Amino acid sequence: MKNEDRFISWFSHISMFLFAAVCLIPFLLLISASLTDQNAITAHGYSFIPQVFSTSAYEYLLDRGSDIARAYGVTVFVTVFGTVVGLAITVLLAYPLSRKETPHRNLLMFIIFFTMLFHGGLVPSYLVYAQLLDLKNSIWALIIPGLLTNGFYIMMMRTFFQSTVPPALIESAQLDGANEYRTLWSVVLPLSTPVIATIGLFTCIMYWNDWQNGMIYITNPELFSVQNLLNRIMQDIQFITTNMSANAGEAMQQMPTDSVKMAIAVIGVLPILVAYPFFQKYFIKGIMIGAVKG
Amino acid sequence: MTMAQASAVNAQKAVKKPIKRKTQYRKYAPLLIMMIPGLLYILINNYLPMLGIVIAFKDVNFAKGILQSDWVGLANFEYLFKTSDAYIITRNTILYNLVFIILGTVLSLAAAILLNEIKSKVLVKAYQSIITLPHLISMVIVGYLGFAFLSPDTGFLNKTVLPWFGIEEGISWYTENKYWPWILTLVHFWKAIGYSSIVYFAALLGIDEEYYEAARLDGASRWQQILHITLPIIVPVITMLTLLNIGRIFYSDFGLFYQVPMNSGALFESTSTIDTYVFRGLMGSGDIGMSTAAGVYQSIVGFILVILANLIVRRFNKDNALF
Repeated sequence: MKNEDRFISWFSHISMFLFAAVCLIPFLLLISASLTDQNAITAHGYSFIPQVFSTSAYEYLLDRGSDIARAYGVTVFVTVFGTVVGLAITVLLAYPLSRKETPHRNLLMFIIFFTMLFHGGLVPSYLVYAQLLDLKNSIWALIIPGLLTNGFYIMMMRTFFQSTVPPALIESAQLDGANEYRTLWSVVLPLSTPVIATIGLFTCIMYWNDWQNGMIYITNPELFSVQNLLNRIMQDIQFITTNMSANAGEAMQQMPTDSVKMAIAVIGVLPILVAYPFFQKYFIKGIMIGAVKG
Repeated sequence: MTMAQASAVNAQKAVKKPIKRKTQYRKYAPLLIMMIPGLLYILINNYLPMLGIVIAFKDVNFAKGILQSDWVGLANFEYLFKTSDAYIITRNTILYNLVFIILGTVLSLAAAILLNEIKSKVLVKAYQSIITLPHLISMVIVGYLGFAFLSPDTGFLNKTVLPWFGIEEGISWYTENKYWPWILTLVHFWKAIGYSSIVYFAALLGIDEEYYEAARLDGASRWQQILHITLPIIVPVITMLTLLNIGRIFYSDFGLFYQVPMNSGALFESTSTIDTYVFRGLMGSGDIGMSTAAGVYQSIVGFILVILANLIVRRFNKDNALF
């Protein structure tokens, strides 16, 4: 092996290692800070190794566990429901578009495609959902706006159907008496699990991470998702610290505020970190499929 | 075939066609019926708001209702472009995007090539999963991660890093504009480079191994292989992704510019983009007429840019174009 080649090999290993470390380091700071005693944080700030170890932040959050549990309930419901319905709608749009026989196929394609090019914008969407459909402070406001945000998924699924399901197979199924729904369900879908899993995963992540709809449409704390709870807690603590009256000052002393901030974020991110090893393969595959187009 | 026969055949065709069409409709109606839920949704979610653009031309008065509000022509746009806001948000949106596109392409390409040089499959897989992890995390969490470093009283930078350099007083990160172009660029790259390098890496995996073998037989070093095989082959992918990104240069990553600076009003100058401006207008800390005008401005210029970018992509390579 030439010296130059050896250099490139070492250089790749070292840079990738550093890159990976940079990606992980902020999480370490977050976790360490959440496990540090409040007084130690006041004195030394957040650090990568707890100066004084303490779980008081988590104990404090455990006392208010019902808020967090409810927020998780909202997030899980929204994610599951949104993903299932979103996938169903996507399949039902993509399948007819993949069939040459569908009347007005090009027009229908264009109707969907145009939404990828031109948006009405945030304010008109808000008016549709909040004023026309009256979805403010309704859990549906967390689900409906996200169902088909990405026209690209429809295109991706359509292309997959076209390229993996041979038209002859569909024809023979229909000669055997299967109607369109039956064909879709028992012939097309079983052949298309990879694309459905990928789009499902990405939709799932989108719902899990969504905070914007909650911020726009939800003011009732009972309907806060995990992300919205996180947002609210950061705002509340900032609010208390900046407007510290005599009473709030007392409340502050009982609350390990600085470590709680970090602990709540850990609780928000931990499920994803724990689940990630199990779905990372599909996540990366999904990024790669997306790479082909878009 | 005589003329009479020909015209008879034509007539037959003419009669046959509508019947065929009708039976086709009947036969394929289920395909259209199954599209109804999705099309209805798109109508409400996408097309109805497009009509809502009219509010940019009205003096919105919620007491009167949207439809009854008075028409004001282009007044909202005039106000918007008279203030310095329009300039700031346009400048920020475009400049940040330019940096993200140019530097981001270089960095993610570099990461992809380095990853491609690593021959151990296990390591490649491990690196792939770690560098894409930030892409998976919501911007709210990213805001918290940033806060752990930047908090004025307890942040890692003020309490640990700055004292190393003998700076004890600390910096008020969330009110000082001059640091934010750097911070936001850094955070964006932290979140996005892993993801986009995988996109390039996928393109690299598609390169035929035979090219490299031939080059090795000719005695080419790995650096020469990168320079003369890898790069030229993926230039079309780079061009395409860059052009598509340029088509979206009028849109910003709302979460990045809203969550990471903690929506701090003092940072408007350096962190406000068209998307955050529209959002703030809607949430009541701004003018709704002007923010709708800003939204329409974004939609229209954005639309033109997407079309243009796509036209250019088409000229390079028809398969890579969006349409």
